[in-house]
Order: sequence, then structure tokens, then C-alpha cells
Amino acid sequence: MLLISCPYCGPRDEHEFSYGHEAHIARPTLEQQQTMSDAEWADYLFMRKNPKGVHFERWVHSRGCRQWFNVARHTVTHEIIKVYPMGEPAPNLEQK
Amino acid sequence: MKQNYSIFTLVRNALNYHQDWQEAWRSPAPKPEYDVIVIGGGGHGLATAYYLAKEHGITNVAVLEKGWLGGGNTGRNTTIVRSNYLWDESAHLYEHSLKLFEGLTQDLNYNVMFSQRGLMNLAHTQHDMQALRRRVYAIQLNGIDSEILTPEQIKEMVPILDCSATARYPIMGASLQRRGGVARHDAVAWGFARKADERGVDILQNTEVTGFRIENGVVKGVETTRGPIGAKKVGIVVAGHSGVLAGMAGFRLPVESHPLQALVSEPIKPILNTVVMSPQVHVYVSQSDKGELVLGAGIDAYTSYAQVGSPFIIENQLNALTDLFPCFGRLRMLRQWGGIVDTCPDASPIIGKTPVENLFINCGWGTGGFKATPGSGNVFAHTIARGEPHPLAVPFALDRFTSGYLIDEHGAAGVAH
Ligand SMILES: Cc1cc2nc3c(=O)[nH]c(=O)nc-3n(C[C@H](O)[C@H](O)[C@H](O)COP(=O)(O)OP(=O)(O)OC[C@H]3O[C@@H](n4cnc5c(N)ncnc54)[C@H](O)[C@@H]3O)c2cc1C
Ligand SMILES: [Zn+2]
Repeated sequence: MLLISCPYCGPRDEHEFSYGHEAHIARPTLEQQQTMSDAEWADYLFMRKNPKGVHFERWVHSRGCRQWFNVARHTVTHEIIKVYPMGEPAPNLEQK
Repeated sequence: MKQNYSIFTLVRNALNYHQDWQEAWRSPAPKPEYDVIVIGGGGHGLATAYYLAKEHGITNVAVLEKGWLGGGNTGRNTTIVRSNYLWDESAHLYEHSLKLFEGLTQDLNYNVMFSQRGLMNLAHTQHDMQALRRRVYAIQLNGIDSEILTPEQIKEMVPILDCSATARYPIMGASLQRRGGVARHDAVAWGFARKADERGVDILQNTEVTGFRIENGVVKGVETTRGPIGAKKVGIVVAGHSGVLAGMAGFRLPVESHPLQALVSEPIKPILNTVVMSPQVHVYVSQSDKGELVLGAGIDAYTSYAQVGSPFIIENQLNALTDLFPCFGRLRMLRQWGGIVDTCPDASPIIGKTPVENLFINCGWGTGGFKATPGSGNVFAHTIARGEPHPLAVPFALDRFTSGYLIDEHGAAGVAH
């Protein structure tokens, strides 16, 4: 069971959250969309990093404040390394 | 020559206190090069090696397994076998596998304990019933056995199900595939391993692949914890670790790895003689030959490689179980575990070529690939041997995510598994 620290409500049981999968996948801009190939669309829509190690992912406090945020979590130990706001780039964890 | 397993060898070996059984497979040192390397010694990888040798005459083959045979999802699953899928592409593929299952014990000379005890999918709402009818008719049009049961017929088959009008989840009907059932998971892996070995396949356990040797976009071999091994062709069959191996070869997959948990109860006398699944309330249950109830449900939401999940997932499925079967309310649970399943956006597998030449992949079976073990190995062996997909595998190529020809089996298949 994960204990997730919502940036707005504090530490809460995993039960209260929903998973938003891989973070930092930017939707192509209208301009990019005009020239994108099918392969580029497939890459955006379906291809995932799915790392064994640190994963940058989104969660939403769906049974609480209903805010979205990003989490850096290890996919083997399940350790939550960092919680950071939407829109912020993935943290460079080496510097930590 | 391998000794045949039969009642006579059993008696003879019993008289010798079981001292003289032949080893089921050798553990040779790796050769410098193979015609085909199969990465992953689960059921799918071992079946691939077996059919490469048996049907394509390719015997200079190695199966590389980082741990022990069947230690991945093959040895962790709840062993449900069925072919009642909605879409034609899946129906044909899973039915191919079910037919192979029907002759597998004889073919492998190994008792895989395939028990066609029937498999029931419950419907609890009007909408469940509509979806169920559509599915059953589609399955019948594909020539696969499937029928609709009334609540009275269900009650007769499984008297311990709460079919009363006041049930928390009223039972309005069910679909039944009589040819569905369960098999012994380890036996499937061991049976394929033994027969593949007999035909000359090298089975190398404790041999982890750590990288690929790729020259000008063509795979030439693999790096392993026991040194480099050359290969003309390589097949990746590593289920939950597919993304890791794809990463080593420099491409990405539309696959995510999630924990899937299962558990068994203390053993009890025979009480349930079929498989019961409820897609809506989300639990499924069968009784093993030892008497344990074997239970499973859905994946944990987050990605993971840890082979453990969160306890509330188990709590949910036990709630569902005791609502459907009140008499199980005081049973104790004995063991619980998790596996890492490779889920695809359309809940269908990926079988075929990769962006690297002579490197093939078979993955994405997610929560439901045990039933496909012989069929998957069979079509994948063909795909590797010919360098062209088996006709049944054509729709399952990686490029369907580019073409948009997805085979959406979410819900369509009734439930995961
Ligand atoms: C709890 C649970 C219940 C399930 N229930 C059902 C069910 O009822 N019915 C059904 O049809 N399916 C079910 N499934 C799904 C089914 O178990 C899988 O789809 C199927 O067993 C996959 O087989 P496989 O041989 O591809 O994978 P695995 O058996 O996982 O084999 C892959 C192997 O690759 C090895 N490997 C990984 N990385 C490397 C490397 N770098 N080098 C060498 N080897 C490597 C692993 O050690 C592993 O042994 C269930 C799964 C789980 C976890
Ligand atoms: Zn919150």
C-alpha cells in the first residue's frame, strides 16, 4: 500500500488517489499536428518508457481535493522519491 | 533418448525408490552461437523453442532464463484457459491455443492436468446481459462453443452461488464455455522444456540477458551474465520485462508493467466443480485438485516490477467473493502473491517483428496469457522460423499501433484472464 503525500492535503492512503500514468508527455501543438506522421502519433499516444527504476508519473487525489500532481517513484522499491507540481520539469535526482 | 512417462515407468521407478528417474532436461554450458535464442523461460518461451524444433526443424536453439523455469507469470497465474473472445482475430488465436491444449498431455507425454470443467461468466445487470448476449452470439459465429444460462440453470450447476432475489449482486444470467477450464501451470512449462530438450534445445537457467549485439540494425547476439552468445535470430518472450529488453535494443513498446495478485484459501472438500468469473463485481474463482480455492481479480493501478501489490486490491476481491458465495465467508486464506503483467492499450498481445532486423517479440499478454501458452509458442515459432508472421499472428503485429487497427479486448473478453 502506498502512502502518498498530496501537496494540498498531506499524506493519505493510496485508496484516495487515482493513477495518471507516465508524466511529461506533451500533447502535440496544433502546428505540429499538421505535419505529424502516423508513427509520431503512435509514439505520442501509445509508446511508454515503462522503466524498471525511477518513474515520473501523475496522480490525482480523486477522493480528496481532486488536484493533479507529479510523483517520482521507484518501480521496484515503490519508494516515493519526490512529489512536485504539474507543469514543472522532471527533477534531476542525481543532484539530490 | 528420453524415457517415456507411463504407468509402467512409474511402477518400475517406484520399485527402485525413485532413484533412477532420468533428468527432465540437461543444463549444458552455453554454445558460442545458436540459430535462434529465445529470451525468457516461461511457458511462452519454452513453447516457442519446442515448436521451432518440432515443426520447423530448427534445433540449434537456446532458451535463456534469468531465474528458474516458470518462475515468472507462468508459475504465478490462476490457470484459467478459455477461448471466448469477442473479436474474430482474438477468437481464432485463443481457439488455436485451446485446441492445442486439448491434445497437449499426449503431445508432450506430460500430464498438464488440463481439466475442461467449464467456465462461467456472470451477468448482474440488464447491460451485462446485453453485452453477454452479443458476445456469446459473436463467439458462436466463430464456431466456438458458448451458451447462455438462466439463473435456474446456474443455481443447478453451482448451488452455493447466491442466486436469490435479495442478493447484493443479483445474478441475471451467465455465459458458459464448457470446453474452458484450468490446467497445471508448472506442468505446462516443464512439459515443453522436457520435450524441447529432447529435440536438442539448450535450456539455460540462471542466464540473464543484459544487452544486445546489434550491427547495422541487425541483431547478432546477446550479452548475458554468462558472457556473450551469438545468434542468427532472437525472440524476446519476457512478459513483464518486455519494456526493459526493448530498451536494451533501442526501441519502445506500448506496454506497461503492473502487479497482478492472486491468492489461495486453505484446502476444503470439493465444493466448486467449474470456474466462476464475475467481470462486474470483479473476482474469479476455481477449486484446485488439492482443494484450495484459487482467486484472482484485477491489476494494481500503478506500474511496478516488484511482484507485490497493495492489500486493498485483495480486500476488494474477497468482498466480491463473499457477496457471491456467502458460504466462503469464514474460509481462511493461505498464500498470496503477485506477478508482473505486461498490459497493452487494447488488451491484446504483440507478436512479430521489431524495428531491429532478426529480433522478434512476443509480449503484451498481460493478465490473460496462460491460456495462450501453446498457441502463442506455435505462431511465434512460425514467425521466427519463416521471418514472416503466422497467419493468425498477422493482426497482432506491433505496427497496429501505427495503423490504428487495434483489437480492443477490454471488457469485450468479459474480464481480464
Ligand atoms: C496473478 C496472475 C494471475 C493470472 N491468471 C491468469 C489466468 O487465469 N489465465 C490466463 O490465461 N493468464 C493468467 N495470467 C497471465 C499469464 O500468467 C501470463 O500472460 C503468461 O503466463 C505469460 O507467460 P510468459 O511465458 O510470456 O511469461 P513469464 O512466465 O513471466 O516468463 C517470462 C520469463 O522471462 C524471464 N526474463 C525476464 N527478463 C529476462 C532477462 N533479461 N533475461 C532472461 N530472462 C528474463 C523471467 O524470469 C520469466 O521467467 C495471470 C498472471 C498473474 C500474474
Ligand atoms: Zn489532496
